[in-house]
This record gives sequence, structure tokens and C-alpha cells, in this order.
Amino acid sequence: MDIARRCNLLIEDLSVARGERVVFGGVSLRLDSGEIAEVTGPNGVGKSTLLRAIAGFLPLRSGRMSWAESGTTDSATLAERLHYVGHLDALKSALTVRENLEIGLGILGRDRLTPLEALARMELAHVFDLPVGYLSAGQRRRVALARLLIADRPLWLLDEPLTALDQHARTLLKAIVADHLKSGGLMLAATHEPLGLPETIQVRLRAI
Amino acid sequence: MSRILLVIFLRDLMLARRVGGGGVLGLVFFLSLVTIVPFAIGPDLHLLSRIGPAILWIAALLASLLGLDRLFQADHEDGSLDQMLLSPAPLELIILVKCVAHWFVTGLPLVMLSPLFSLMLDLDGPALWAVAATLLVGTPALTFLGAIGAALTVTLRRGGLLLSILVVPLTVPVLIFGVSATESGTVPFLTPFLVLSALGLASIALAPIAAAAALRGAGQ
Repeated sequence: MDIARRCNLLIEDLSVARGERVVFGGVSLRLDSGEIAEVTGPNGVGKSTLLRAIAGFLPLRSGRMSWAESGTTDSATLAERLHYVGHLDALKSALTVRENLEIGLGILGRDRLTPLEALARMELAHVFDLPVGYLSAGQRRRVALARLLIADRPLWLLDEPLTALDQHARTLLKAIVADHLKSGGLMLAATHEPLGLPETIQVRLRAI
Repeated sequence: MSRILLVIFLRDLMLARRVGGGGVLGLVFFLSLVTIVPFAIGPDLHLLSRIGPAILWIAALLASLLGLDRLFQADHEDGSLDQMLLSPAPLELIILVKCVAHWFVTGLPLVMLSPLFSLMLDLDGPALWAVAATLLVGTPALTFLGAIGAALTVTLRRGGLLLSILVVPLTVPVLIFGVSATESGTVPFLTPFLVLSALGLASIALAPIAAAAALRGAGQ
């Protein structure tokens, strides 16, 4: 992890449509290394859609996004520089936690912590060789969040990261996010419950 | 890049083995189709051996269609597809690898057991091996063409039937050349066999591009 990394995400006047219906429009945001933004708003206003659009899963109706990064020479696109943890945990119930995390690392590339180290950070090392199908909803979410630590990507997009987590796991997640920001990472979370980290940028979506 | 593709290939083989169903089920379905046709046709061995290759080919086509609906759907439903979209490897290559893994699990066992099933339809020597050879180069084409349908129907909960309706017309050329290569007498083996091989190679090259375009649009 290099502290010298400076990244910045610039979003200008973004709007996304699903079919003919405009979900939201005119979202602008500037996020620099070490900054966290929380997207808030009532249900159905397009918080998840915004995150999925930034991840590149949805086409943009208008507006633009740009990603700048100093200290690297490769020409990776934004999609290769971000983590996305959504409502679906991308875990296979039939495979063990170890296999799931190794596959996650294999697909994303750029390893940082080993799967076991990452799982230890989420205090779940004891389930390393259990099939994911045996885990509770909260444990599954912690495994999905452990994926953030195994592949080195500066931008984290988290959709309702606190869902199903108990109080202790929430403090673990906060510590991990704080470390990530300290090392020059960026984070954008869609959430109803604030993570409670200082200097959080608020992005409020309103129904249109 | 090649490491990413290897991980996905091994992952799909591992999932097929753990979750089960797909490959073995297709094989049993293939066997039951081949078994039931002689009952319908009656005890005419001459007729049976004449239409045997066609029966095997239709059975192979239907058996290939059977497991295809889960090819991308399982990964779409649990969010794995999103992670693949974030991978440095292009989606087209990921799809190619997933199709190859799917063929290893469903197509290859079919090809390997086809000589045995040919015996049940009273095919002998050359015809038996001709059927196996055409299935070897033809079943990849069925899998890859089917991947287009699987990608188009990825968001539909009961997409299997629609998938079959979409894919069957695309497989007509494969079926025509596959069966005509095995018909002894009318045309030499090699001409339709080479056309069949070309169809297989073309579908391997082009179908992943079409399937990737369909999957990217599926998110909307």
C-alpha cells in the first residue's frame, strides 16, 4: 500500500435512465483520496442505481465520469480500480469461504492481503474452510466485505454495507474503512444509517 | 489475464462437480431419448440404423439445451457476474472460458458415450465413428450458440423454454451438416464435416461477442 497514491473521481451532471424512465439526474460529485461520501435519500430514489452506474454496470443517459490516479503507470479503467459490494454477495453456497475468496481474488487480481488475513480482519477466520451455505446472513456479508481487503483497488462502492451486521461487525467495518481512507482510498456508500466517520460528504438524492 | 481465465475455468468445473445436476442429467436425458425412439419406431433394424445418426444428433441437441439456462443465470442471481464485469479480463473471453467449461461438463461426456449409444441404434463401424466425430466438432457449436440464448434470457426466471425457441433455429445448419456427414453413400464424409468444423469455429469466435453484448444490456 503506498501512501503516496493520489486518486480522484469526478462526476459531472450524471443522469441515468432505466428504459424510458429517468431515475435521477444532475448528480455531481468530486471525491479525492481519503474522502468518503454517503449517498442518502428515500427508498427507490436511485441510490443503488447511482452506484451501479459508477461501477459501469448501467449505461449513462448523460453526464460524464473521470478517474485520475497519480503514482501508477498502467492504464487501468475505472471499472478495474473499484470494488463493488452490493445487496448480492457474489458468494457460492456450495464452495468454502476459502475457495470463494480465492476465486474473488483470481477474478479481480492485484492481491493485497491473503484470503485468511482478510477474513481475520473481519474476525471470521474460524469459518475459513466451511461452505458458505452454512453461514448466517451477517457472516456472509462479512465474507463479502473481506473481499475488499484481498484485492487492492482504491475506490470502494458499498451498497448498504451495514445490512445484517451486528454492532461489533459495524465497528470492524468502520476500522477497515478508516484504514482504507488513510492509505489514500476513496469510498462511496449508499446508506440509510450513517457510518459515523468524520468529514463525510453528503450526497442527497431527491425524487424527480 | 490467463490466470484470471484459468481461475474461472476451474471455478466452473468445481461448481459443476459440487452442485451437480447439469452434466450427468444431460447424459441421462440423452440416454432416455435414444432409448425411447426404437420403441416408437418399432422393430425395424434397417430403418433404425438408417435414421440412427439423426436420432443421436437430435438427442444431443436437446440434451445440450437442457443445462444451458443456468450458464449465466446462476452468476447473475448471486452477483458474481458483477464481479466478472469488474475484472481486468474482457467479458468476451470470460464467456468463452465459461462456455468451454460448460462443454467439458455437458458436451464431452456426450461425445465419449455416443459410440455406446450408437450401438443401441444398430450403427456399425464407420457410421459409429462418423457420428462420434461429428458430435465432437458439432457439440461445441451447440454450446456456444446456446450461450447467446442463455445471455439473452439471463434475467428471466423461467427462461429455459424461451432459450430453446431462440436457439433451435440457429442450430439448423449445424444439424444439417452434422447429420449429412454421417449419411453414408449420398455425400463423402469430409465435405460436410469440414463445413461443420467451420460452423463450430465460427460460433466459438462470434458467439461470445454476441453473448457479452446481451449480458451488458441485461443489467438495465
